Amino acid sequence: MAKVVSRREIAPQTVLLELEAPKIARRRKPGQFVILKQDERAERIPLTIAMSDPGRGTITVIFQVVGAGTRGLGSVPVGGEIMDVVGPLGKPTEINQVGTVVSVGGGIGTAVAYPIAQAMKAAGNRVIGIIGARTKDLLILEAEMKAVSDELLVSTDDGSYARKGFVTDVLKEVIARGGPIAEVLAIGPVPMMRAVCKVTKEAGIKTVVSLNPIMIDGTGMCGGCRVEIGGVTRFACVDGPEFDGHLVNWDVLSQRLSAYKSHEQEACRLHDVEKRP
Amino acid sequence: MSPEQTPPAASGVAPKKQRPPRQKMPEQSASERVRNFNEVPYGYTAELAQLEATRCLQCKKPACVPGCPVAVDIPGFISKVLEGDYLGAARIVKATNSLAAVCGRVCPQEEQCEKVCVLAKKGDPVAVGRLERFVADYEREHGTGELPPKAPPSGFKVAVVGSGPAGLTCAGELVKLGHQVTVFEALHKPGGVLVYGIPEFRLPKAIVQAEVDYLVRLGVQLELNSPVGKAETVDELLAGGYDAVFIGTGAGLPYFMGVPGENLIGVYSANEYLTRSNLMKAYRFPEFATPIIRGKKVATIGGGNVAMDSARTALRLGAAESTVVYRRSRQEMPARIEEIHHAEEEGVRLQLLTNPTRILGDQAGRVKGMECLRMELGEPDASGRRRPVPLAGSEFTIEVDTVVVAIGNGPNPLIPRTTPGLETGKHGNIVADETTGATSKPGVFAGGDIVTGAATVILAMGAGRRAAGAIDAHLRSKKK
Repeated sequence: MAKVVSRREIAPQTVLLELEAPKIARRRKPGQFVILKQDERAERIPLTIAMSDPGRGTITVIFQVVGAGTRGLGSVPVGGEIMDVVGPLGKPTEINQVGTVVSVGGGIGTAVAYPIAQAMKAAGNRVIGIIGARTKDLLILEAEMKAVSDELLVSTDDGSYARKGFVTDVLKEVIARGGPIAEVLAIGPVPMMRAVCKVTKEAGIKTVVSLNPIMIDGTGMCGGCRVEIGGVTRFACVDGPEFDGHLVNWDVLSQRLSAYKSHEQEACRLHDVEKRP
Repeated sequence: MSPEQTPPAASGVAPKKQRPPRQKMPEQSASERVRNFNEVPYGYTAELAQLEATRCLQCKKPACVPGCPVAVDIPGFISKVLEGDYLGAARIVKATNSLAAVCGRVCPQEEQCEKVCVLAKKGDPVAVGRLERFVADYEREHGTGELPPKAPPSGFKVAVVGSGPAGLTCAGELVKLGHQVTVFEALHKPGGVLVYGIPEFRLPKAIVQAEVDYLVRLGVQLELNSPVGKAETVDELLAGGYDAVFIGTGAGLPYFMGVPGENLIGVYSANEYLTRSNLMKAYRFPEFATPIIRGKKVATIGGGNVAMDSARTALRLGAAESTVVYRRSRQEMPARIEEIHHAEEEGVRLQLLTNPTRILGDQAGRVKGMECLRMELGEPDASGRRRPVPLAGSEFTIEVDTVVVAIGNGPNPLIPRTTPGLETGKHGNIVADETTGATSKPGVFAGGDIVTGAATVILAMGAGRRAAGAIDAHLRSKKK
């Protein structure tokens, strides 16, 4: 059981939950995730830990309310409880002092990019943050990213805030400046990470991505989260979730993410029926 | 009646009392059960149990007891059944077997106690497993919940990692010996493979829960959602007040075939397929939120019990065709005969001497077929079984929409990767002494599939029990 200590809607359909999980808060390292199971009948949902506060004994996750599972999770009020919380899972991000690091967050992916950028900064790197969203309302953690970046660049697809364009457009400009970039970290929707990797591959810059395949146990037991990295099948839960972005088979990832589309619609319909007064 | 018609008294001795035949368990008919997830056999009635108990010869030197990995006093409990003292019978079984209702269901008795039963030499052995199941079920339903005697508190604390058969058994034994025991389980429910792997229709989850509840009442503490190796390490447990650690984390890393198309949508490891269905109750989707693909034409690759469980699950999820594809012949199938029989009875088709070479997908990346090669048996390989050899030019394609890969599991890597000083074998298994479970790391013991590779529930339990004895000796030797 983990109590919800605070809850905020930080953007439309985007929920931040702070959970009481002292053991995980103490141990967790950037890049790691937890699995939440709201109640007896719920799915196990993997979410990267966005922040932790060992003093308060809490961890914070941020997620978009997209399916029946996240809708349920997003509706737990402050003081309410999540039945099962397990973690920290996955390998932590490799944090080294390497020079200049570009941390790219797209949409909800900024929630994962943030703790990594924070750790990179703390390790003595120069951090250039690039965050973007479809539109102004969906942009998250701008202030937080600003606080851990030497320079923060923001874009929106529709130009409703900051500069108009994709994060890849901004990234291209940063690369074009010609300064040395040791590493790019990119976290966001699959098409965004794929596009970032295309840009950085051409520029020959090491790129790390964090993958979010469908997962059940998160401990290597089921193999549902398998991804293809450099032609080899790996389990994102125990071998990842971070991988060399230039080696990821993006087609396999996006296909596998669509495995339960029709189930998802069915579950949402049921959810709607249950929620009706 | 003429004297000629009397039954032949072979050597002039008086004719023996006629022994009744081995009693069958009443069960759901095949056509009925493929439509539900309820348990297949109903179990013995008291009358059937009594009748079966009369078949036991009560051997003075019983072969069945050493045939049991946890040395249940089999003639002892059967004589109690005969007396009608079912609770007394249960007490005897539970003295050495803390998971009797589970073992009565999933032990391969035909390879153990029943194999060496004297009656098996000339006919059918005593149905030890069915009797064990009967007394355990009787005790659960009618018992007073009495607990076995416990040794006085020793003051020692033991951490047991993994709540599968090895861990639960080890925990049960240690707590009876007076130690304080905490079981750490990574998942949200205790039982390990008993809850995620073995289907409801073979082992109802309520029974596993009852066995776990019994251990909790004995004093075992459970820490769910605690993946040791991630949440805390073995070294931290040892430094944090535990005097010994038992690792029973099982064979929880599924193998795949390494053929093209294995990452298509609709290809599952048996672990995932069964976990979705059993642990997450996907067969009750959308009432339970975890989905599963309800394939119409399902192929399960492999020939073991897990393959049978998967193929039978597929039928219950609505498959019109459920086929087990196995590269050797029926003779080499590692599954229990009873399981193969149940599967075939339900309509599972065996496609033997066949090896998949590629899984085919459609535009959306969903499985639509599987390319296979026919095999023939060649010389015996390292396992002693005849090696399957592909027949050149025998390629053919079968139409399937779901593929379940049930070709085995490797050891789960979480603990070996995070425990310095713990020696592992070349497949990543923990190296442990066969009789004591002692590992290369002082105070750390291991047993079950994490040591042996994928085996059976009862062998894991045997290892857990032996390790408990060794841990007890180790702890008491520390006391100065």
